[in-house]
Amino acid sequence: MSDFNIHYVAKLARIELSAAEEEKLGAQLGNILGYIAKLKEVDVTGVEATAHAFPLVNVTRPDVAGEPLPHDEALANAPSRSGGLFVVPKIVE
Amino acid sequence: MPSLHRLTLSELADRLGRRECSAVEVLQSSLDQIARVDGDVRAFMSFDAADARAQAEAADRELAAGVTHASKPLLGIPVALKDVLAHRGQPLNCSSKILGNYRSPYDATVVERLKAAGAVVFGRLNMDEFAMGSSTETSAFQRTLNPWDLTRIPGGSSGGCAASVAAAMVPVSVGSDTGGSIRQPAALCGVVGVKPTYGRVSRYGLTAFASSLDQIGPFTRTVRDAALITGVISGQDRRDSTSVPQPVPDYLAALNRAAAAGSRPLAGVRIGLAKEYMIGGLDAEVDAAMKASVAKFVELGAEVVEVSLPHSDYAAATYYIIAPAEASANLARFDGVRYGARVEGKDPAEMNSRTRGAGFGAEVKRRIILGTYVLSSGYYDAYYLRAQKVRTLIRQDFLNAFEKVDAILTPTTPSAAFRVGEKSDDPLQMYLSDIFTISCNLAGICGISIPCGFTQPKPGVPRLPLGLQLLGKPFGEESMFQIAQAYEQGTPWHRELSPLS
Repeated sequence: MSDFNIHYVAKLARIELSAAEEEKLGAQLGNILGYIAKLKEVDVTGVEATAHAFPLVNVTRPDVAGEPLPHDEALANAPSRSGGLFVVPKIVE
Repeated sequence: MPSLHRLTLSELADRLGRRECSAVEVLQSSLDQIARVDGDVRAFMSFDAADARAQAEAADRELAAGVTHASKPLLGIPVALKDVLAHRGQPLNCSSKILGNYRSPYDATVVERLKAAGAVVFGRLNMDEFAMGSSTETSAFQRTLNPWDLTRIPGGSSGGCAASVAAAMVPVSVGSDTGGSIRQPAALCGVVGVKPTYGRVSRYGLTAFASSLDQIGPFTRTVRDAALITGVISGQDRRDSTSVPQPVPDYLAALNRAAAAGSRPLAGVRIGLAKEYMIGGLDAEVDAAMKASVAKFVELGAEVVEVSLPHSDYAAATYYIIAPAEASANLARFDGVRYGARVEGKDPAEMNSRTRGAGFGAEVKRRIILGTYVLSSGYYDAYYLRAQKVRTLIRQDFLNAFEKVDAILTPTTPSAAFRVGEKSDDPLQMYLSDIFTISCNLAGICGISIPCGFTQPKPGVPRLPLGLQLLGKPFGEESMFQIAQAYEQGTPWHRELSPLS
């Protein structure tokens, strides 16, 4: 798994890692990827993929208005809020 | 007469129904036992005694007004929850720092159903962080210890659930199982644990780990109690589009029918042993317990035959692609914006990365990064898509085996409970401790772990419980419970309580 770049993948996953963490997790993940590579032995020619054991399609509910979560309660756990909205760092300069 | 806390759900319901004790007294016996032993076991992260007492008082009022357990089967019964299920107004942390001071704004469907059945629902039980682990050691808050030996782990991820029932702090707890997280700790703590068929129980209000594998189920001391809880929490829910519109059988009626069958209750039942599971590496005492269990099933009238699950050797690798892939998507929601803790940054991406770097523990980071990798451009087909195809083959193996047998018998775990710290630095070894339980989730079938004996005590090591696993057909819980109960009633193991009980 020489092409596994822990720094790059952690960035994709938006997880900041210390240098020590990168080293330790990188080595452990190398081991795990080595183990899961055994799936290459299996002949999967013509086999359909399973996303769910019991796929249900077109699951709908009656189109009836219900009681949504009140605005205040939906915001109650936010780390930062203002004027009924979530506050995040500035996105556009 | 044993103290109330040592009684099973069914025994408590009988006493409450005859008005020999009150729901408040039953709750108090639980709280007293928690006060007595949980300083050592540390199964509970927190509990709201005042809220629980109010529920118990309400149950007593209903009992006084003539409401019976026929209409509300859990009236006055304490039920504790894994810290992954939403309970309105109560904390929910998934044993992770990243949720900060989160409190659930609503009840999970299972909590609604338990309450509607009269249960006194309380407590937040410790778990591996976001249910990722097999020992409850990845909890960011505390170590939970095995009530049979306080130097050992209780299993995981639902370690708090299993320990709380094994130490008789509560007669019932409810947890979740993604790759064995109910059955494995149940086995290691000597209690009963059930993973229902995928789609049987609504996942609404369960913090998602791997959505195509997760299922909620009970921990109890007997098969009958587990069947009762499974019946209460099962059924379609329009808030979970993967819950299946299939009627829920009366599991207790099925058990009553089977119990009337006499000395050979399993006559006509075929039980499969997978030849792929009988290869070396099994602990000698686990192997001996399995052989004794097979003899007992034969004595009870069952025919035990060999079956083949040819892709068993690929189950762990398949699981450790699919589960992390789904987790990496599900846990993207923990971004420091809508709930939980936040570490500030100069822009949203830096805030997200810092929050997640500080908020998640090592195992969760490992799995999210692994999942991100197997889904990333250029690797998706080689890992994720291939794993989904092998999953099809694993499921097909089981469906083929179930053409010949009613249930498949395996050990639940390759060994008894291991020591604290023994595997915590070797994630791959930890993953392989779930080798017998993960296929069930991949195949979407049902499974139960029940006590099947003990290891021999050795110098400095007390006897430790062992569990056997019965895997049932999709939506075959009724038959699975019947087979499990026949074994249980033919053996003494379920009557043994941990030294701390």
